[in-house]
Amino acid sequence: MTARVVVTGLGVTAPNGLGAADYWSATLLGKSGVGRITRFDPAGYPARLAGEIQDFVGADHLPSRLIPQTDRMTQLALVAADWALVDAGVVPAELPEFSAGVVTASSSGGFEFGQGELQNLWRKGGQYVSAYQAFAWFYAVNSGQVSIRHGLRGASGVVVSDQAGGLDAVAHACRQIRRGSALVVAGGMDASICPWGWAAQLASGRLSRSDEPDRAYLPFDARAGGFVPAEGGALLILEEAGAARARGARTVYGEIAGYGATFDPRPGLGREPGLRRAIELALTDAGLEPDGVDVVFADAAAVPELDRIEAAAITAVFGPRGVPVTAPKTMTGRLCSGAAALDLAAALLSIRDGLIPPTLNVSPAPEYRLDLVTGQPRPAALRTALVLARGYGGFSSAMVVRAPASASASEETTEDNRCSTGPSPSTT
Amino acid sequence: MLNRTFTIDDLRRILREAAGQDEWVDLDGDILDTGFDELGYDSLALLETGTRVEREFGIKIEDEALTSARTPRALLGTVNTHLASASAS
Repeated sequence: MTARVVVTGLGVTAPNGLGAADYWSATLLGKSGVGRITRFDPAGYPARLAGEIQDFVGADHLPSRLIPQTDRMTQLALVAADWALVDAGVVPAELPEFSAGVVTASSSGGFEFGQGELQNLWRKGGQYVSAYQAFAWFYAVNSGQVSIRHGLRGASGVVVSDQAGGLDAVAHACRQIRRGSALVVAGGMDASICPWGWAAQLASGRLSRSDEPDRAYLPFDARAGGFVPAEGGALLILEEAGAARARGARTVYGEIAGYGATFDPRPGLGREPGLRRAIELALTDAGLEPDGVDVVFADAAAVPELDRIEAAAITAVFGPRGVPVTAPKTMTGRLCSGAAALDLAAALLSIRDGLIPPTLNVSPAPEYRLDLVTGQPRPAALRTALVLARGYGGFSSAMVVRAPASASASEETTEDNRCSTGPSPSTT
Repeated sequence: MLNRTFTIDDLRRILREAAGQDEWVDLDGDILDTGFDELGYDSLALLETGTRVEREFGIKIEDEALTSARTPRALLGTVNTHLASASAS
């Protein structure tokens, strides 16, 4: 069974913009959402900057029934899902009962909610722990709550692979569509800017200790010294291309054309990390040669060793300065499982507008030999984009998105150009 | 212990704090004999509501007694029975 998977709706909640339109205009303007943490007093912590979503109040967007039972990340996910469905013009109640599902990625679960209930437990006792703690902190809670809210009872799930999760969730959604789902809400959303979540992130040793928002997160720069964590993400509406056409979908942002995922070798073996192979798998899956990729959205760890690995993987496949590379996440910080889903949205909007958003604040280190887009958005005729994402612990994923068929009518579509998302039990 | 009664207004307030309120439900209307399911509250919402009632009124109600009360009238009865026996003892 073959299925081309297209993106027909975007729901974005990002530190530099609420809603896909606000996020995209902020991103093209180089507007940053990074600043000193306001959600708790960070004075006593070694890292004090984050990409926070300001002015988001869940109760402004959601029924009061959902507020006591949801962490902030779930409120963001519910709102992003609402917006994505509206953007796609989909009314879930009109879909066959088990035809649509939800696949999200999660890195931490509902840490802020969980912290509050743990504090209730030790300060006041078990009687003061919310009954909703039973599920509000789950990795899978965003998928569950979106599913319940919209009656999306088809195949659903959650993937946990840190920052790579945003791509891995979309790839899993593609699998579900190939197996017969008509529509999947997919992406990633995280929000753990609370003392507990912060302590967990600090443990990675990769956070920037800078207090200057424009010098704190500088991937591929000689001054790189860690990254700024952030909250938010994106949810996408994925549909089988024929089904989207049949229902008269008003916007097709593009196609999920290829995917590859690898896991790094065990440390100490001296073997090459998995990112280059993930890129090559994604290109093969998309039926593309390296020169068929028009722009790369980098993982952009801003940890020198990781920047070196990513630059080496990109130049190994595309050659030195062989493809434009960008990291709009320099304007948001790294959004855990939300990051790569947001990059997918940015890649699709780049293709739509023929504009590569810039990498903010960075002076590219020449040693990396990357054609890094900095300063202003770069106009370019874009038909494909490659999004890279790495997760803590060795996850590497790569995904190719392609311009919608109407914008590339001259291209012969073959079975090789479908989203096959690697081997699966249904592939024989 | 004060001789306190658990009223429908106490229940309305605690339900809202514990679990919010569905838009289409008029919690201030005549709800004494309306099923909790019709009011949009599932078993977890009632568990959270019950815990808050226990905390505020200083009583302990078995989970089964809480979740077997299908209407506000039944829950008022359960809570007030516990309150009466607590003040009698």
